[in-house]
Amino acid sequence: MKKIIVLVLSGILFSGVNSCWAVKKKQTPEQVKIVYLTLLEKSRPKLSNLDLPIVNEGIQGGEIGIRDTNGTGRFMNQEFSLQTIKIPYNGDVIGTFRKLQKEGIQLFILNIPSRKLLELADLPEAKESLLFNVGATADRLRYQDCRTNILHILPSAAMQADALAQFLISKRWKKWFLVIGRREEDRLYAAAMRRAAKRFGGKIVAEKIWEYGPDARRTAQAEVPVFTQSVDYDVLLVADVIGEFGEYLMYRTWEPKVIAGTQGLVPTSWHRTHEQWGAVQMQSRFLKTYGRMMTPLDYSVWSAVRAIGEGATRTRSVKFRNIRNYIQGEKFVLAAYKGQKLTFRKWNGQLRQPILLTAARALVSVSPQRQFLHQFSQMDTLGYDRPEVKCEMQ
Amino acid sequence: MNRVFKKILPGTMLGLGIMFWGASAQAYKVFVSNEKDNTISVIDSDSFKVIKTVEVGQRPRGIILSKDKRYLYICASDDDHVEVMDTETYKIIDTLPSGPDPELFILHPDGVRLYIANEDDNMVTVVNVNTGQVLVEIPVGVEPEGMAVSPDGKTIVNTSETTNMAHFIDTETLEITDNVLVDSRPRFAEYTDDGKFIWVSSEVGGTVSVISNKTRKVVRKITFHVPGVRNEALQPVGVRVTHDLKTAFIALGPANRVAVVDTQTFEVKKYLLVGQRVWQLAFDAEEKYLYTSNGVSNDISVIDVEDLKVIKSIAVGRYPWGLAIK
Repeated sequence: MKKIIVLVLSGILFSGVNSCWAVKKKQTPEQVKIVYLTLLEKSRPKLSNLDLPIVNEGIQGGEIGIRDTNGTGRFMNQEFSLQTIKIPYNGDVIGTFRKLQKEGIQLFILNIPSRKLLELADLPEAKESLLFNVGATADRLRYQDCRTNILHILPSAAMQADALAQFLISKRWKKWFLVIGRREEDRLYAAAMRRAAKRFGGKIVAEKIWEYGPDARRTAQAEVPVFTQSVDYDVLLVADVIGEFGEYLMYRTWEPKVIAGTQGLVPTSWHRTHEQWGAVQMQSRFLKTYGRMMTPLDYSVWSAVRAIGEGATRTRSVKFRNIRNYIQGEKFVLAAYKGQKLTFRKWNGQLRQPILLTAARALVSVSPQRQFLHQFSQMDTLGYDRPEVKCEMQ
Repeated sequence: MNRVFKKILPGTMLGLGIMFWGASAQAYKVFVSNEKDNTISVIDSDSFKVIKTVEVGQRPRGIILSKDKRYLYICASDDDHVEVMDTETYKIIDTLPSGPDPELFILHPDGVRLYIANEDDNMVTVVNVNTGQVLVEIPVGVEPEGMAVSPDGKTIVNTSETTNMAHFIDTETLEITDNVLVDSRPRFAEYTDDGKFIWVSSEVGGTVSVISNKTRKVVRKITFHVPGVRNEALQPVGVRVTHDLKTAFIALGPANRVAVVDTQTFEVKKYLLVGQRVWQLAFDAEEKYLYTSNGVSNDISVIDVEDLKVIKSIAVGRYPWGLAIK
């Protein structure tokens, strides 16, 4: 904490001397320190030989965000840095957070499950922190357990489901057959799809749990036809977050049907097929630097870093309170390659954003679909809107 | 002088220049780069029809004419070079180095120095168009795009989309003298003809900042409002100010409108409905017509500058981007 105060003070002195911030002389830049904290998962079963394992997912998104932000910082005598902390799946998140807090860190980008996130946000020492959620899609955090010190960068499960539902409804593919995997996150995904059906006029005509085991590679041709027989539906909706069977439904259904959800036509915040609105620059910058494509997690961490950068740039300050107040204030706008400005919902701290609907090799559409109108922002047709939210942020 | 210009004697060139200039006083040509088609469309101003489609390098975006209007310089973004097209024969006669991913550029009033924004490389590359030599590379912000040059040639302004700044570069010392923070994703910069102001559009911020060249401060910020069009769709990109300094035209991207702004009051007088996702704007020499490139509807709209009416749309290639008028 002391270090930060000293830096801030010296920053004020410097800016007093050089009130015109067109920096001509070299000075020690003012520091903005950010921590990216990620809880490693238990290793997952390897389900595909196609996708090379990514070692620094999220971290590299953050690194490139720092580089981009320092692009502005260099001209404003501000310097941003990101420290990455990887915690093993059974490690001590709270203890680590407390330690970093004591060291004076107040800006945290967190890739941890929703329960841990809440526990952390409710710590007395977290009051003067800003926590950027890049890992938890749980809707509960957006309609019931909102916290004034949490901002949700990644879209919630409901936002993704609504984005897909709007597209299916606009195609008049209204009869949905829901297939759900065996894991907790699959159930959450399915719940979001049920809510979306109700909201936009879809009909879930059948619901089945996939019980044929975790790896469908060798067995799908025999199992899927029977599994999908004698149901009258338009779209087979899959809730299989880690990809245990979803990829193997395609081309094997009893009747020729569209697959969507976690596989097939997928709603997501970022994808390698996305190249509109300057995204091609981001994609190629990332690919050139790290030799792989940017993932949704990379994009979320990048966005969080950029949001902090905006807070410091626009207020011309590295003070935590100024940064936080700006980000949570009325003027905040994030440019993040989505063809429009992204802003936060005041009532639950969720970042508004268009959602991509993509096939493996081509972008299909971007939601919100134009026919779904809203009195304030069309992006608020995705996810929990103000009247549905039970928590009060103010 | 030994690349393009070696092919023609300077004296002859001057003569030809005058001859062409004379011939095109009435009818003229509008060049349009089609980003996804890898072509340049050539429109005849008499008929408002495409008279020629020329195949060029990959992902052509910014285009600009040489001072004598004999050559068209083309940013072939995915080929990482600038192509030089003869505007009479429509042949690509040369290429110039550009640095990676050239997007937009500006020709210095001396007709020799070409300042190129390298979007992927955070640089402005300066190239001598006669010798084809890279003179210098100037590091700027992230995703540089907009380029403007002051009428006296002393200052270059570059905007960088992710850094959210307009960088002022002294053309003698090649150093950045001022960095002016503007709203998110600045796309385009335009000096007024008197050199007093620079208009910078912020696509995501939804504003146009008017910067004083003297103080290098934002003196005015223009916002937009179109009934029935959502706020997020108001995304200013291309800007042009008339020679008499009285009126500015601002392309508003997916709002499919061009805003007409009174430069005295900075109020929007009118919104003109054009094609979809309007990008760039270009006047003809007499400022009778303003042409707009419309990236999604794949056409060019023609605006009558005096009547402030859209009188024509011309179908071109896919993703029309840059405009240049001979």
